Amino acid sequence: MSYTTLSLTLIFVLIPLVLSKSLKLDLEKDTIIATVRSIIQLLIVGYILKFVFETESIIYILLMITLMIVAATLNARKKGKAIKGITWKIALTLIVVEVVTQGILIGLHIIPATAQYIIPISGMLIGNSMVLSILFLNRFTAEVESSRDQIELVLSLGGTPKQAIHTQLTNAIKASMIPTIESQKTIGLVQLPGMMSGQIIGGADPVQAVQFQILIIFGLLTTAALSSIIVGFLSYPTLFNERMQIIKNV
Amino acid sequence: MIPAIKFENVCYEKDELSILNNINGVFNKGKITTLVGPSGAGKTTLLKLCNGLYSATSGEIYIQDNPIHSYEPTTLRRKVGIVLQSAPIIRGTVYKNLALPFTLQNKKLPENEAIKFLNDVGLNESFLHRQAEDLSGGQRQKVSIARTLINQPEVLLLDEITSALDPTSVNEIEQLILKINQKYDVTIIWITHNIEQAKRVGDYTWVMMEGQLIESGETNILWTNTNKLIQNFVSGVTEA
Ligand SMILES: Nc1ncnc2c1ncn2[C@@H]1O[C@H](COP(=O)(O)OP(=O)(O)O)[C@@H](O)[C@H]1O
Ligand SMILES: [Mg+2]
Repeated sequence: MSYTTLSLTLIFVLIPLVLSKSLKLDLEKDTIIATVRSIIQLLIVGYILKFVFETESIIYILLMITLMIVAATLNARKKGKAIKGITWKIALTLIVVEVVTQGILIGLHIIPATAQYIIPISGMLIGNSMVLSILFLNRFTAEVESSRDQIELVLSLGGTPKQAIHTQLTNAIKASMIPTIESQKTIGLVQLPGMMSGQIIGGADPVQAVQFQILIIFGLLTTAALSSIIVGFLSYPTLFNERMQIIKNV
Repeated sequence: MIPAIKFENVCYEKDELSILNNINGVFNKGKITTLVGPSGAGKTTLLKLCNGLYSATSGEIYIQDNPIHSYEPTTLRRKVGIVLQSAPIIRGTVYKNLALPFTLQNKKLPENEAIKFLNDVGLNESFLHRQAEDLSGGQRQKVSIARTLINQPEVLLLDEITSALDPTSVNEIEQLILKINQKYDVTIIWITHNIEQAKRVGDYTWVMMEGQLIESGETNILWTNTNKLIQNFVSGVTEA
């Protein structure tokens, strides 16, 4: 596709702008910012990827993945400000997710160990892991807030912090994983997943595109489970002190 | 008299706000001490300090002559049991609630044991498999009392446990607590809003106001006290 052709797609930006203006939705500014940002960010990524693919150097691959993890961590930690050390806890979670999934994919020769495979798949899985961490933290803080009495009850009867928080922790882990599982039940029926669509448009064999999509789906399941469980088990102890008392103002 | 619990210059602050201010006193072993005072006086906070849910900001609390922090928190909390004011329940049946202290120790509470405790608080067997969430406020309070008793605490902390009960149930619960106190030599600290109850059940009484212990002593002597604050409180002036 040439840039001239691509620029025609700006019509898709024009439509919401006109609608927003005429209906006084007041979304023009945000729409323009979003458009400009996506153009700049994606173009930069495109050129960086091109460079990394061409050099095929392990250093650059690791650098890219590190950048992804840093960006995802900074994004997700906003939701867990009340939890001490949340930044490194999320970072550690993302690192584990990345190491486990890539370890399996590359270790079992499911994908070749090249930037072309590693980077896009890492991006999808790390991104998903970030979303899951945010979902988990949102739900977990809400659960703890609304069941303070129950948590205190279990402690007061001689329960440990782990026993006291067990219900809230598992509820939050479950709740954060459900969207991933649910969305996979209808996958392909209503909308084709973005990656698969992209491959098909790019000229790949649809069956091969489906195979990669399945790989991603399974990867996302592992990612979802690992992310909420690791963030969860790393976070809950910080809600208590060494005297097994719940720390206020979570 | 042997103190079951001793407070020595105990202060408790929260968010730089003084909640309890220099509390000194003892709770005698095997006796019932009633704790009275207006809302916000710090009564609940004082009980939670004894159960280890909170720690004093300064000063020292002794449980049977040992500093409270020398006990493992879980051991302390089973030894010094509390019935919480809000009578929180966990989702599930009444049995599940009663068995909670056992479940937390990976033990199973036999059903007949559970029924015995239910009967003790004036509930019959049919309640065992009811959903705890469907119970009335008073029934929850009763389940909550039974649940704490299952740990067989040496000190029993009661936080307004009859506030949602009808007069008959209040009487039943009072008799039960008196019986437990006598039979097992359990030390009891009992917060109550009801002055008559405080007089009825107490051997000793503490009067608290604005985070301070303003008076304490044998219950029957205390009410003849001429202290203006106490007289006001007793006659209900400071009560909202
Ligand atoms: N969780 C809490 N958050 C903020 N303030 C609290 C909390 N618990 C108690 N307090 C404050 O501590 C003081 C004593 O409360 P409390 O011990 O519950 O009194 P009482 O049981 O005598 O009514 C009150 O001024 C109350 O506002
Ligand atoms: Mg209270």
